[in-house]
Amino acid sequence: MLAAPVSTHSVPVIVDQAFVLFKDWLVSFLPPSWRPAAGVVLCVIAIVCVFPGLFALTTVFERKGLGRMQNRYGPNRVGPYGFFQPVADGIKSLTKEDVVPLNADVVVHFLAPLTLVVTVFMGFAVLPMGRNMVLANLDAGLLFFFSMSAATELSVFMAGWSSRNKYSLLGAMRAVAQMISYEVPLLLTTVAVVMIAGSLSLPKIVAAQSGYTGVFPHWYIFTPWGLASFLVFAIAATAETNRSPFDLPEGESEIVAGYHTEYSGFKFALFFLGEYLAMFSISGIGVTLFLGGWSAPLSFLNVVPSWFWFFSKVMVSIFVFIWMRGTLPRLRQDQLMNFAWKFVLPFTLLNLGVTALWRFMGEGWARWVVSSVILVGVYVFMGRVGMFKKHFGPRSYRYAE
Amino acid sequence: MLGEGILKGMAETAKNFAGSFVSEDRLTTVEYPEQRIPTFENARVFPFLVYDGSDWAAGMRCVACQICEKECPPKCIYIEKSQDKKPDFVGKPQFYPARFDIDVSVCMSCQICVEVCPFEAIKMDTEFELATDNRFGGLLLDREELAKSNEYYHRIHPTEADEVDARLNSEKAAAEAKAKAAAQAAAAKSADAAKPSPAKPAPSTGGED
Repeated sequence: MLAAPVSTHSVPVIVDQAFVLFKDWLVSFLPPSWRPAAGVVLCVIAIVCVFPGLFALTTVFERKGLGRMQNRYGPNRVGPYGFFQPVADGIKSLTKEDVVPLNADVVVHFLAPLTLVVTVFMGFAVLPMGRNMVLANLDAGLLFFFSMSAATELSVFMAGWSSRNKYSLLGAMRAVAQMISYEVPLLLTTVAVVMIAGSLSLPKIVAAQSGYTGVFPHWYIFTPWGLASFLVFAIAATAETNRSPFDLPEGESEIVAGYHTEYSGFKFALFFLGEYLAMFSISGIGVTLFLGGWSAPLSFLNVVPSWFWFFSKVMVSIFVFIWMRGTLPRLRQDQLMNFAWKFVLPFTLLNLGVTALWRFMGEGWARWVVSSVILVGVYVFMGRVGMFKKHFGPRSYRYAE
Repeated sequence: MLGEGILKGMAETAKNFAGSFVSEDRLTTVEYPEQRIPTFENARVFPFLVYDGSDWAAGMRCVACQICEKECPPKCIYIEKSQDKKPDFVGKPQFYPARFDIDVSVCMSCQICVEVCPFEAIKMDTEFELATDNRFGGLLLDREELAKSNEYYHRIHPTEADEVDARLNSEKAAAEAKAKAAAQAAAAKSADAAKPSPAKPAPSTGGED
């Protein structure tokens, strides 16, 4: 973590920096030459404990929330209000038999879930989770993050290929096609942020958004290009994490469970964990890039510690993920690809141009008007014209009637 | 196609999400072991044997005719006929089942045994909580476990049970009337037979009751 001086703010340092100070205190018992390494180990332990804990909470909240969206109760049997459900699930998956198909490539089959979880955990290293709370303050943190999250594609394909099962392979092929298609707009939206912030370092991107006009923050989402980027980022992030409505790689009704069809027991639990951790990390990077990272949403709310804001923003975006899952049906493969290459990608490229315009038009209201008009105009044009030839309405069947 | 459908859908689920905390009517879930809804009158699960009166062994309607055993498609009924006879509901001496077992793990709830029974002795139960920890014998019900009173039958299938009772009563009445007529005819015959010998009239009391 950074040992940078604490900037002026109204929250007591002891609260805001509680975790940093606690770490420094623990490390101070060691000889000075050991301290940096020990500090890193402590941070790693914290990350490895906090995010799986959040995962456990999220699974039960997701099931309860989805239930409520469908006018059901959701799990309410294990413990008070069903909150011990993840404990029961954990025990279940630990004690289940770990079945490996006879013809599977055993080594790759074993490595796939590990690769997923490890690479996803690596992404958390560069996320600033609060003021001075970043494990590795890399100059190219953004690049590191996306190189790590791109490795999940590898693990998904490892799982699908090594299982030697047609559903696994179909799921893996779908996953790779989808993830690579949406990786492009995902990265291009972050390029817009880098163009404005002028840095690939995530703490610097957060610092660039930390100012306030009156009580309102300078988050990038409150600019025309930022809003457009954020929306595209959210769509691409949903596709990237295989969440509904982009959950084709594991579409139960079509291909059993996709690439993890042949996984059971704790390996399956690791896939599950990796998927949710990917959701947290992509939410974290979205929060960092567009929603001001750990900065408070209104200037007077600075009395609340910074880490609280980071985690509450992440949890809000997780709620939106769950909300979308409760609402939207799954896309078809061709719709998914058309959407990525014919709508999202051109729009993202245009948005890059608009961002450049914003950068070079200088201060003033003119750039607001110009970039808003361009973005909204193109959005409406593409939405209307792109769908011009599509026929909506009752479907007609040639043979089945 | 500007995404307004997505927003509309999101609003709908948000309404459900918030509404389910506010109005209980939205939640249709019946939390089963604690709450339960009464079974429908026409519900059927597995067969049981009806008995009249309070003693199941004495009042059992089954006469061990074994029609149900023969008709049962999955062959889940096993009956052993008794050696002796006991009177049925009209007073006629009948066999009774010395053994009557139904393996409900085999039974497919088709109700054919009920349809073919001429004695209204076997009916469908609505009891469905039959789980047992005895893997081998637990679902093999013997006649004592199968025997349930006519009152119970009235409770679970009131309409059907009333029909059955009406039919049985009319049968019983017809049988009694027939017995009476036969007795009267026998009495008249014996009286006729007695007439040619007026010296020694037969005692008529025996045939008249």
